[in-house]
Amino acid sequence: MDSIYNALCDIVGKEYCSNLPEEIYIYSYDLGTAEPKKPDYVVSPRTVEEIQKIVLLARDKNIPLVPLGGGLSLAGLAIPQKGGIVIDLKRMDSIIEVNERARYAVIECGVSQGQLISYLKKHHPNLTHSEPGAPPAATVAGNIIIHGQGDLAHPYGFSSDMVLGLEVVLPSGDIIRIGSCALGSGWFTIHPLPDIGLFLGWCRTTGIITKLSIKLFPAKKIRGTGTFVVEDEELIPEIIYKITHTQIPEDIIVYSRAIPPFAKGLHHITVNLAADSEKELEFKQELIWDDTLGEYIKNDLGGYLGFTKELERPQISKTSDYKKGGGFEYVGGIMPIDTYPQCYIRGREISEKHDIPYTVTARIIGLAHSMMFAWTYAFNRADEETIKKAREALYETDELVIELGGVIWKPGIYGQRLVMDRLHPGTKNLMKKIKTIIDPLGIMNPGNWELL
Amino acid sequence: MFELKFNQDLCYHCNTQACLTKCKFMDIDNATAKNEILKIVRGEDSFVLHECVTCYACEEYCPYGNHPFYLIVERQEALGITPQPLPLVKRAINISIPFRGEPEINEINGPVINLGAFSQLKNKIQGKLFDGLSIISSDERKMFHYFCQLMYLHYGKISLIKERLPNVISTITKHKPAEVICFHDECYGAYTSFCNAYGISVPFRPVHLFEYLFSRLIKLRDLIKPINIKVAYQRPCSSRLCPDKHLYVNRIFELIGAVLVKRQFSDENALCCGLTIQGQKKEGSRKRALEIQRKNIEDIEMAGAEVCVFNCPACFDTLSIKLKERNIIPTFMSDLCRISIGEISFNDIKMSG
Amino acid sequence: MTLNDFQYSNIIHRCFRCGYCKFPVDWTDVNNCPPYARFRMESYSCGGRLWLTRAWLNEQINWSEYLAEILYSCTTCKNCEIKCPLRFNVDIVNMVVSARAEMVEAGKVPKAVKDFLQNIELYGNPYGASRTNRIAWTKGIEIDRYNGHEYLLYIGCAGSYDIRAQKSSKALAQILLKAGVSFGVLGDEETCDGNETHNLGEKGLFELLANKNIKTFNKMGVSKIITLSPHAFNAFKNYYPSYGGNFNVFHYTHILNSLLKTGRIKFSDSFHKKTVFHDPYFLGRWNGEYETPREILRVIPDIELMEMEKNRSGALCCGGGSGNFQMDLLGGSESSPARRRIREAYEMGAQIIAVSCPKCLIMLEDAIKAEGMDDKLSVMDISEIVAKACNI
Repeated sequence: MDSIYNALCDIVGKEYCSNLPEEIYIYSYDLGTAEPKKPDYVVSPRTVEEIQKIVLLARDKNIPLVPLGGGLSLAGLAIPQKGGIVIDLKRMDSIIEVNERARYAVIECGVSQGQLISYLKKHHPNLTHSEPGAPPAATVAGNIIIHGQGDLAHPYGFSSDMVLGLEVVLPSGDIIRIGSCALGSGWFTIHPLPDIGLFLGWCRTTGIITKLSIKLFPAKKIRGTGTFVVEDEELIPEIIYKITHTQIPEDIIVYSRAIPPFAKGLHHITVNLAADSEKELEFKQELIWDDTLGEYIKNDLGGYLGFTKELERPQISKTSDYKKGGGFEYVGGIMPIDTYPQCYIRGREISEKHDIPYTVTARIIGLAHSMMFAWTYAFNRADEETIKKAREALYETDELVIELGGVIWKPGIYGQRLVMDRLHPGTKNLMKKIKTIIDPLGIMNPGNWELL
Repeated sequence: MFELKFNQDLCYHCNTQACLTKCKFMDIDNATAKNEILKIVRGEDSFVLHECVTCYACEEYCPYGNHPFYLIVERQEALGITPQPLPLVKRAINISIPFRGEPEINEINGPVINLGAFSQLKNKIQGKLFDGLSIISSDERKMFHYFCQLMYLHYGKISLIKERLPNVISTITKHKPAEVICFHDECYGAYTSFCNAYGISVPFRPVHLFEYLFSRLIKLRDLIKPINIKVAYQRPCSSRLCPDKHLYVNRIFELIGAVLVKRQFSDENALCCGLTIQGQKKEGSRKRALEIQRKNIEDIEMAGAEVCVFNCPACFDTLSIKLKERNIIPTFMSDLCRISIGEISFNDIKMSG
Repeated sequence: MTLNDFQYSNIIHRCFRCGYCKFPVDWTDVNNCPPYARFRMESYSCGGRLWLTRAWLNEQINWSEYLAEILYSCTTCKNCEIKCPLRFNVDIVNMVVSARAEMVEAGKVPKAVKDFLQNIELYGNPYGASRTNRIAWTKGIEIDRYNGHEYLLYIGCAGSYDIRAQKSSKALAQILLKAGVSFGVLGDEETCDGNETHNLGEKGLFELLANKNIKTFNKMGVSKIITLSPHAFNAFKNYYPSYGGNFNVFHYTHILNSLLKTGRIKFSDSFHKKTVFHDPYFLGRWNGEYETPREILRVIPDIELMEMEKNRSGALCCGGGSGNFQMDLLGGSESSPARRRIREAYEMGAQIIAVSCPKCLIMLEDAIKAEGMDDKLSVMDISEIVAKACNI
């Protein structure tokens, strides 16, 4: 008998532990183009204590551990590169606390975006969180761990800038807390204790975040989207600069794509506005469309397409079916806004070279401190050739991000290598030391960010 | 290329200048009007070409049926005056390019209803009123093969209509329809008014949706129970191309016992929904559209309407949220008729609106 | 069988496994797909099933009893079809049913499924009970054998044999008798409608059942059928016409509602209970009928009708579909859908869970027992509630 399997069953219960070919198959795949790699076991724990026991077991037996949230990163970040135990965290799905006045929520790591949206809508209609536009099955924690961005990224930055506290199971099996919760008080601030930035952006190679506190923001009564259309990509950086100067929008996205035809060769800038009254809304609209963008309309350079009340949250995406093939993957680059024209032109070239209708999207982060520029490549899961083409396009795009002076967001293995090759030696050295101390056996999500 | 049949003599001898003096969006006296019309006729620039909000109404105002609006758009295009900023023009040009393959052509040899570019509104053509009709353009992915293209009148791009419309007509004709009921009256206007004005041949018989609904209701008369709902009607710009069919609005309301409220902005005085105005290049267009919408909706509200009835899906989309905010239910004519024959309830249109 | 021969080979790869299919309408949780709610492994999600089916047909994985159980744990409740935003969504359940048909064809189904189907083949019911016991539920009341009556009352297997469901059959018959409805039953000549057989992928047996029933109905001159079960309603309404069986089919709630509206049944007793209605998916998501049962409940004297958070097209299935009311591949855990449903009703303060399906009745009744909530909550069929309010 398999003693590790039995030990895992003892921890989580037989029903939530498997080493059967069916689970091994499903959990070996990511939804993007990454090659599958088989885990040896799959477990689905319900408590932090169970997770702690799993980690201790893995440490004692020197087995890789691969934590999995919604499994929707598309970059293959939860593929068990070296086998081991996949920990499906989706049963860790309690919303523990929402503090209305201090505007934060404490949740477990398996809470999905859809669940949190629905919960806040029902119980705290004045509060909202920054929703990333991933399918609603994506977890809130997963989005934060990879430094994702949501529909409040413009005023408030990356989702990981919204963390107010963490509970983490370390590869040693120790459970630690970061932020005011470490003092046993509320989960309302991550500062001003000494900074321990060890878990965000590390792709779960330093520990398993089990609980987190996140900032919530005012949910105004009216939320909607207005659209402005521009043909000349060179104008986008200055237009974004001007719109962000107003400090008014909740979210700003620019997109262009080959299909449907109306979007081809044009740049649609969608601007989300929120208000508690018609008066407030019209004030904001006037500032944006008339005072800020009026000159572009007058000069035939831009057009106001209208404003639609009501936001679709969670957003419903049909991107995966672009090629009627059930697949797409994208490279996200965190880029300076000024690179927009190059991102667009070069991205189009890469798409066209690989025979994929181009799709590019930029979400403005902070007051245009940067943007997340996504180059999306659809493929047909039943056609190896299209997968190969998409994969090549993705690799070329990873290189483009670096070339244009950006930083690859949530890179897959290929992109991680590009980044590591260029990392400042001092930085690389410190990361190595941290990793050696915190995970000396290298059991956490091995294959990712391998500096040693 | 097709040429507009326009009789300029009629303008030289016209005493009314109704096309411009009646315009709801420009304040023009007779003398100025005459002057400007003749400039337009001669192909010269006129402020009218820049100020026009493209509401189509002058097509109806002209007592001689001389197509002043088509002429305005012809001249706008010739002089490079586009009412909308160029990026919106490009977007509009692209929007109706079919890209999902060719439609499947089945020969029908019977009456059809053409949804045009509104395939997603199949649920508005249900029940006994539409029994026996085959639907063409029922697939959203193929609908631009059936799109009448008249929208480009708002964009100063009349050449595009002339270029594309014959292909659309040929696609419809391939279905061998006995007659084509046009879901949107813009399509009806295209196959009647526009094609007549340009001598484009239409090998099928277009039927206006309201005329069709009226005749079906007559046949189903025994089922009709008066609905006694107070209604307003939002007349779309395209109705100006077929004013002779506008009377069916009243006829249908009478037949189903809907009470048409009296209001300022109806019939010839109807106001544009504002959709096309809000993005125009002219300064203040967004606010102008909001102001028109405010006037229009307040008028509907003050007249006491419970329901606002639409023919045009674009008007519906533009005004429905604003109407609902004032507790006025937006609905399509077909759904209102279905209430009268007991197929759906008042509550259903409340929910579906 | 290879992937290329599979009826849905051109679309099965289009599932991205984005997971919309796990949610109810309002995104409250990821537990609205019954097998996923029960097992919470990706292999049991709707996307997992489709990917595993494709992997099996592609020979990336081998058939196993466990693989078959994963496929047969789907209750075909169509929550996935409501939530999936992609164009192939209308065929999601068809893909599962087709994959099962392949397993049946190859003789590779789990034992519970095999027994279920074999019993239907041999005894005309999934319980393996004697045909003569089909009329046990009528004990104590006089019901005509169908003989040219206006309606045939088709009770079906669960309502005929299951002790709990029999009570709802009896209540329904008593209401119809009291209202003076002209109806008769087939008694021991009744045989399984085949709805589950169809969805379990046993197309051959389904055809036999459909042809047999159609022949019987036609021979007896049946034109209008009232069904106790939404499952039979679905089979007669949606499957039988392609075998030449064209009948006017009503679920019993349609009939009760019209009897109430025309005053042919009148209430005499109060039913002062906090009540929620649990939508059966063969009325709801499969046939778009959400309001008729509610219309009946709304007029029950003194009832306090409430809505569960997951209602109508967002309702959680009881876990009994696709033969699971008998095979119970989803049972045995506090995560079982029926037990989740019971807790949901209890947490909102309901005293009664009203159902309009004998399978839901059985599943939820068992779940109440398993949760130890007998003294807190009961499940009643709408027929029983109406009978009680009519003092029958």
